[in-house]
Amino acid sequence: MQDIAKLNTIAAQVRRDIVRMVSAVQSGHPGGSLGNADFMTALYFSVLEHDPKHFTIDGAGQDMFFLSIGHVSPVWYSVLARSGYFDVKELSTFRKIHSRLQGHPTTAEGLPGVRVASGSLGQGLSVACGAALAKRLNGDKHLVYSLHGDGELQEGQIWEAAMFAAGRKIDNLIATIDCNGKQIDGPVEEVMPEGDLEAKWKAFGWLTLYMNGNDMQDVLRGLAEAKSLTGKGKPVAILMKTEMGRGVDFMMGTHVWHGKAPNAEQTEKALAQLPVTELEDY
Amino acid sequence: MANYINSGNKDTRSGFGAGLVEAGKQNMDVVALCADLNDSVKTGDFARAFPERFFQAGIAEANMMGVSAGLALSGKIPFAGTFAAFATGRVYDQVRQSIAYSNTNVKICASHAGITLGEDGATHQIMEDIGLMKMLPNMVVINPCDYNQTKAATLAIAKYVGPVYLRFGRPSVPNFTPEDQTFEIGKALKLIDGKDVSIFATGHLVWEALQAAEHLEADGISVEVINIHTIKPLDVEAVLTSVAKIRAVVTAEEHLRNGGLGDSIAQLLSLHQPTPMEMVAVDDKFGESGIPSELMNAYGLNAANVIEAVKKVLKRK
Repeated sequence: MQDIAKLNTIAAQVRRDIVRMVSAVQSGHPGGSLGNADFMTALYFSVLEHDPKHFTIDGAGQDMFFLSIGHVSPVWYSVLARSGYFDVKELSTFRKIHSRLQGHPTTAEGLPGVRVASGSLGQGLSVACGAALAKRLNGDKHLVYSLHGDGELQEGQIWEAAMFAAGRKIDNLIATIDCNGKQIDGPVEEVMPEGDLEAKWKAFGWLTLYMNGNDMQDVLRGLAEAKSLTGKGKPVAILMKTEMGRGVDFMMGTHVWHGKAPNAEQTEKALAQLPVTELEDY
Repeated sequence: MANYINSGNKDTRSGFGAGLVEAGKQNMDVVALCADLNDSVKTGDFARAFPERFFQAGIAEANMMGVSAGLALSGKIPFAGTFAAFATGRVYDQVRQSIAYSNTNVKICASHAGITLGEDGATHQIMEDIGLMKMLPNMVVINPCDYNQTKAATLAIAKYVGPVYLRFGRPSVPNFTPEDQTFEIGKALKLIDGKDVSIFATGHLVWEALQAAEHLEADGISVEVINIHTIKPLDVEAVLTSVAKIRAVVTAEEHLRNGGLGDSIAQLLSLHQPTPMEMVAVDDKFGESGIPSELMNAYGLNAANVIEAVKKVLKRK
């Protein structure tokens, strides 16, 4: 386990990566990527039992992670590169032709760290359930993690998977829901009110807990608690509060940076708020 | 002319069920899933034989496809069974992203395909499924003709690594291919040698084509009957070889003309060997309730329709 200061430094560099990646190609999704930077850093640098240098699709003997919200690929690519799955220099190819770093993650280009394509929302929880079942069949005690968005919960397949996971007693699965309250067309509360999410997940038979996804200490606490709840016959859901655009003042408090890249001037302003760290830019 | 004997009517879905149990015995990594249709789709015998390797998904096909993809990642060989209508159209995006694009080793097992689903009517009678599935890169599309061949195909796809769409049906139909056949994916089977017209048939229409061939022989017309059990990848060499020799084509399938076998062969021939061609298929309409044999007649999918198509194409040769 790394200490919190170190993790915060990594997360700060990941945020810089995100802004620089989307700015370079003037496309991509900075808002949710920035919001999830702390969680993804904690997961990849402190929580996952994994071997970045020996990535395998089957994930045997390792924890597995599925990004169901494929549009936040910038944050995933950054933590994958910085934790050693591939060279950080490759981040400069994001969304460019012939890159392994496609707009939405894919296995088609053979990028280490990615096990299934995502982008069309709502599919990752089902895949995570299948991977968790396979681990059970194989006698592999490692865990399966997935990340979802609160907007994504509007997809019906999520609830099919939620029912399946509880019904089949999949208890080696931790699904985290990024509750930033925003989606493309506006606040979740206006686009499609979701009511009491904790009550919904509980009603579907899951164990639930909350954490503050933008407080490294609380992220580590939440993930540790979630891990302690595995193996008890029920899947575990973390309702994680985050702020879309976290770390860049003008990207916070609004939904407009969900899928919009900053222009040159905005990029300069954003990067001024995210100073380069000892880890250095790619 | 070679003679094909019906050893007794059987449903192709039961061929799948028998093949699945056999595949499960041969390989511990074979697992099966079903969406509340165990005894209709014939995953039930596998579920009873290997309960620890069977996953009931409930009436939630989208999730079943995703769970199958996840199982496949870790080396399992999932066979996901449901009706063809729900294995394709209902879950197209899940199949596209989590299975075809991700190239996961999932076997989509689609029963009750085509008009011969019968009395349940058009909501369940999908005749677009071959088209939907063959358009997906990475997807292999197989439509065997009888019980024995469906069983053999099931065993073969368990050994093939990659996404497969296996299509089969509900009604009892003639079982005429060898019990001990080995199934080679992508390899067309010439059933009858001929010289006047090449008939490329798939699924339930292969038997109809054989019946047509007998009648036509009596009229002095010699047809070549080729069983295209694998629509994709199409056996290009077999098709072009037969067409180069004969230069008149009829295709026959229980599917819409749009997107089916005929469409694949027409594309191939228009690029390589433009040839007079007729298609026995359903023309851009939905089905309806009825007895399977009645529906095959009403929708122009029987031996008489094949004969008519052969005579028509001969006039254009």
